[in-house]
Amino acid sequence: MSEERLRSLFVQSLAGDEQAYRQFLSELTALLRAFLRRRLARLPDQVEDLVQEILIAVHNQRQTYAPEQPLTPWVYAIARYKIIDLLRRRSRSDLLHDPIDDDAELFTTADAEVAEARFDVAKLLRALPDRQRLPIWYVKIEGATVADTAVRTGMSVSAVKIGIHRGLKALAATIRNTA
Amino acid sequence: MLAAGVEPVDPRQMARRFRLALATGTLIAVAFTAGILRLNPALARYLSEPMFWIREAYCAALSGIALLGMHRLARPGRRLGLVPAALALVVIAMWVLAVVALAPASPQLRTRLVLGATAAVCPFLIALIAAPLFVAHLWIMRGLAPTRLPLAGAAAGFAAGSMGALVYSLHCPELAAPFIGIWYLSGILIPTMLGAWLGPWLLRW
Repeated sequence: MSEERLRSLFVQSLAGDEQAYRQFLSELTALLRAFLRRRLARLPDQVEDLVQEILIAVHNQRQTYAPEQPLTPWVYAIARYKIIDLLRRRSRSDLLHDPIDDDAELFTTADAEVAEARFDVAKLLRALPDRQRLPIWYVKIEGATVADTAVRTGMSVSAVKIGIHRGLKALAATIRNTA
Repeated sequence: MLAAGVEPVDPRQMARRFRLALATGTLIAVAFTAGILRLNPALARYLSEPMFWIREAYCAALSGIALLGMHRLARPGRRLGLVPAALALVVIAMWVLAVVALAPASPQLRTRLVLGATAAVCPFLIALIAAPLFVAHLWIMRGLAPTRLPLAGAAAGFAAGSMGALVYSLHCPELAAPFIGIWYLSGILIPTMLGAWLGPWLLRW
């Protein structure tokens, strides 16, 4: 049912339609969140991180989507890959974990962590070099255009785009390694 | 936030990546074969031999099918479909030709058909020539989104191996079907296994 709608939004996004892409991402976020809550019922704290990670993966890998293909299996395969990746990492790191951690986790809930997520973005961004951090901050968080950002940072337009692209990749890698 | 300032995606991006990597890898493989191993001086004479063309078709078919497999494995949610069956069909066809060649032959001739003069070096030279192609194929995969990493690595290795075999055939003096069915395939399987092993390390994203 949502396949047709999401797919047409995504195809428009691939053609560079920002409005459609925003709509697509927000609908996809809701679907992923619901899907992961069911799938990861035992790991509620991981859901938000994983949703973000999958969204970034969808964004970074969007050139691998062929418009003649149905969208659902493509998104599902990415989500599945990221879930398995998470579980594999956890099963490895759980061996090192002391079970005493569980007590502390009693007092944190997934909902509280959503609020913290914004802090986390700022914290994560701080680790990036200026040439990546500033373009991401201006364009992706403040919503400035690429051209404006180029003027404000004194960088060239293509340097801004490259900074965003590499910065998002670096962020995805950081999230993956710390989650 | 990902939506802000989004750029149109060029649908030919993936094809460009394939072309660039294949051209570079093939060029290095051919240069190595022609420059260091030397082309087979009898190559011109082979052109009238049916087995020469069967050998080339064998390597070319395996390369084409493996590349198609890579292309599918590089995209999330795509199925391999008939790719494994098609590969098996080509391999088995060569084995059938091998049996046809071996059946009427005398024991001494059989040994010659299987071992030729170069069986000891053939698989390793194919793997060596495939090396630049192997790197190129893994680079293609790294830029895309394979979700089954060992399989994606194996497909990259198999495609590199069969393209390496195709290039090696410009040097190789062997035309017997049993030889090709055994030693060419062994050479192709070296990068295949290496790829399956390296895939989970190198292709994560």
